[in-house]
Amino acid sequence: MRKDKKRSLKRPIQVVLSSVVAIIIITALVYVTRGRDIPVLNPHGIIADQERNLILLTVGLGLLVVVPVFIMLFTIAWRYRASNTKAVYQPDFSSHKGFEALWWGLPCLIILTLAIITGIYTHALDPFKPIDSQVKPVTIQVISLQWKWLFIYPDQKIATLNYVDIPKDTPINFMISSDAPMNSFWIPALAGQVYAMSGMSTQLHLMSNSVGSYVGTSANISGDGFADMHFKVNSMSESDFATWTQKAAVSTSSLANTDYKKLAEPSHDSSEATYKLTDASLYNEVIMKYTSPGGSM
Amino acid sequence: MFNTLSQIIFGRLTPSDFVHDPIMAGAGYAMIGGLVLVVLALTYFKKWKWLWRTWLTSLDPKKIGVMYLIVSVIMLLRGLADVLLLRTQQATNGSAGILTSDHFQQIFSAHGTIMIFFVAMGVIFGIFNLIIPSQIGARDVAFPLLNSISFWLFAAGMIIINAPLVVGEFSTAGWLAYPPLSELQYSPGVGVDYWIWSLQIAGIGSLLSGINFFVTIIKMRAPGMKLMMMPIFAWSVLCCTSLIMFAFPILTATLGMLSLDRLLGMHFFTSGGGGNPMLYVNLIWAWGHPEVYILVLPAFGIFSEVVATFSGKKLFGYTSMVVALVAITILSFTVWLHHFFTMGAGADVNTFFGIMTMVIAIPTGVKVFNWIFTMYRGRVRFTTPMLWFMGFIVTFTLGGVAGVLMSVPPADFQFHNSLFLVAHFHTMIVGGVLFGAFAGFAYWFPKFTGFTLNERLGRYAFWLWIVGFLLAFVPLYILGFMGATRRLDHYDPSLGWQGLFIVAGVGVLLICAGVAMQVLQVIVSIVKRNQNRVGEDPWNGRTLEWSIASPPQVYNYTVIPTVTYRDEFWEMKRRHHTIKPEYTDIWLPKNSATGIIVGLFALIFGVAVVWHVVWLVIVGVIGVIVTLIIRLTSDETEEKLTAAEVAKRELKRQTV
Repeated sequence: MRKDKKRSLKRPIQVVLSSVVAIIIITALVYVTRGRDIPVLNPHGIIADQERNLILLTVGLGLLVVVPVFIMLFTIAWRYRASNTKAVYQPDFSSHKGFEALWWGLPCLIILTLAIITGIYTHALDPFKPIDSQVKPVTIQVISLQWKWLFIYPDQKIATLNYVDIPKDTPINFMISSDAPMNSFWIPALAGQVYAMSGMSTQLHLMSNSVGSYVGTSANISGDGFADMHFKVNSMSESDFATWTQKAAVSTSSLANTDYKKLAEPSHDSSEATYKLTDASLYNEVIMKYTSPGGSM
Repeated sequence: MFNTLSQIIFGRLTPSDFVHDPIMAGAGYAMIGGLVLVVLALTYFKKWKWLWRTWLTSLDPKKIGVMYLIVSVIMLLRGLADVLLLRTQQATNGSAGILTSDHFQQIFSAHGTIMIFFVAMGVIFGIFNLIIPSQIGARDVAFPLLNSISFWLFAAGMIIINAPLVVGEFSTAGWLAYPPLSELQYSPGVGVDYWIWSLQIAGIGSLLSGINFFVTIIKMRAPGMKLMMMPIFAWSVLCCTSLIMFAFPILTATLGMLSLDRLLGMHFFTSGGGGNPMLYVNLIWAWGHPEVYILVLPAFGIFSEVVATFSGKKLFGYTSMVVALVAITILSFTVWLHHFFTMGAGADVNTFFGIMTMVIAIPTGVKVFNWIFTMYRGRVRFTTPMLWFMGFIVTFTLGGVAGVLMSVPPADFQFHNSLFLVAHFHTMIVGGVLFGAFAGFAYWFPKFTGFTLNERLGRYAFWLWIVGFLLAFVPLYILGFMGATRRLDHYDPSLGWQGLFIVAGVGVLLICAGVAMQVLQVIVSIVKRNQNRVGEDPWNGRTLEWSIASPPQVYNYTVIPTVTYRDEFWEMKRRHHTIKPEYTDIWLPKNSATGIIVGLFALIFGVAVVWHVVWLVIVGVIGVIVTLIIRLTSDETEEKLTAAEVAKRELKRQTV
């Protein structure tokens, strides 16, 4: 009798306890997330914007499977629990053509849909593909160093360290290489990442659609100073950008090949700097260094 | 003069290599202290002979399996201690000042490598050894000595990966050591070499083990057991071992090329001199992606057994399950590029690999539905293995959606190398492989001990784990959306990540409590074993291993059963069919020290290569070869257990 009572109390206590735990977890997560910037979901560039939409679409398709799975899991587990002797028991019920056709078919359909979407968007959002726009694009060459980011504006004859200024609503053609271990160039608010590798030049095309300052990061481990290797992306109006380039082009410090060699030495330096570019082919020289036999190893 | 002499004798080892910062030194001394305690205890209780005879030189797969599990559990604790340090560092944003960047990077590199190679791989090989022979109605594996050598190579690799705690440092290049970071130019120290040779030696052990179990399943099934009558766990192991045979040679070759770069100054993967780091990235994932399935397929197999047994019902859609397993096995070799969509392969290539990746979701989804429908019209008993099953379906489905999300290349550009990715693969490996191992452990524990695990503590452990798991990894998914990359030992406080890292840290603490509960569970169960004694078949099992004694005799079966049904033991019970005892002579492999000696020389070889001690390298290689030759020239490798002896053992068991 007493045991029965204990038993009948056990279930409500379990329900209350698990609800309390769930509420605590959700509250804690909301509390620490509230008001924070979530760049992948709150992008400021047309590429990141489409990537966000694609992410949400894929999650939606995924939920088409997850929701039925969860409903089936818990209802079936509950209904056929051992203590429920009223439920049907068919120990040999082990195949049903209709059911199995359903769950080979349903995922096939979902994946087929997703495959078509993938094909279209992978081509549309190929980072190597230039952005269609009336505005003349700005080319910026990026070199990842130990442990800094160097940005070269070959047309404006400017170079910057650990920050990059871009005009908004203008396609930006990033050309990316490395003079250090492999890295990955990522500005979550503007576009997904692309690797930076020595001896090679990868590309990333993006376009910011609002004025603001965004975080750029290194997404691939590249040695000791990796954690501090981030940069600032300042998106500004076209006229502000023009003013900035004029001012920067007369910057007192210049960047020739010899200065570059010093800069490329390993250092934990996250300070920003602006240079006048005197060696217009610096980017190509850095790449070529790795492609000749007996070149820098 | 003195310098050259010391270089010849000690290679590049100098006394300063033994100096470590307090945390590493503490871990190192704790390990050595533990070892000394074990040695003292063995000496005090005069157990050396027993240890040598019953365990270290045993060729009985049941003994080797237990040794695999013991190593894996110790490594799990080490991996967990690493996590505690990593998350403390991140939750305090480095302000606690306990770790330098360099040390932090060593720890995450060690954490990943240890958890994959010495926990997950160890656990699956342990379970193969314990279950596979008896489940397919065999007395032993196909190559008992090779099995012992595999284990000792695994153990040698384990010692090499822990050696940096005492001497030298570990790799800082992450668990897959991408070049050029892992090349001499950027990592001139011994760290990467420790990583290479630990994996190289353990990896060869894994390959040999894979071959062994593949052959065992193909050749040693009980008469009548056609492939389509095999228990689904055996099917999953068959698929897993074929993956091992195809994938591990790639790892061996890749590590071999990297070590040639580092030892002989070659240029396979260097960034200059004609080398190509992208080649390494391709090769390592050509092994690495199948590796994921090598780990998770056996877990699928375990859950299939568990859900059928505890639902008291046949597995739903057996044929579909087999087709799905085989499909996953084949597809797993066609998706490796999804680990680096961001390397710039171009839209066509990315599309192909993206679609191939999502195609894997189809057979996996089918398996999930079949598992759920195995419970349909069953009588489901929610024992701890079933709780792990439920937890697995929930986490695995969610992690699977995250995986499908990342298989879309443009979406992956936003998640690659972020904490979202880290959360995803932990969901799959913890929620899949580890939960599967826990389910299997609780399920098969009584088979090998004769008593069940304490249910109540098992349930507590489960709930601590599942809540801890959610707390530890949901914040990482969110952090990924916030642009947090992996492997950061500190970050700009203005980004607002710290709160989430703290929550994740609390999750890790709960997981640690869960592990402590599991350790307590095992201890309590052993202490109170007399209350939980069970017979051969505590769960009303379905497959042959439940028909033999618990714990099984060294020969498993007195009479090899003839199989006529898929769930043979279940049908035997239903038809009240019993096998008439009949005693014959049984040939068993003799104990052999070959395995442990080969392991020892491999260990010597590994450490010597790391420190460039040429003469010791030669000693290691010659030692391995000579030991094998001595063994190969010996004829008496088996001993006979006479029919009378077998009868005596069986009689003794039945009277107890």
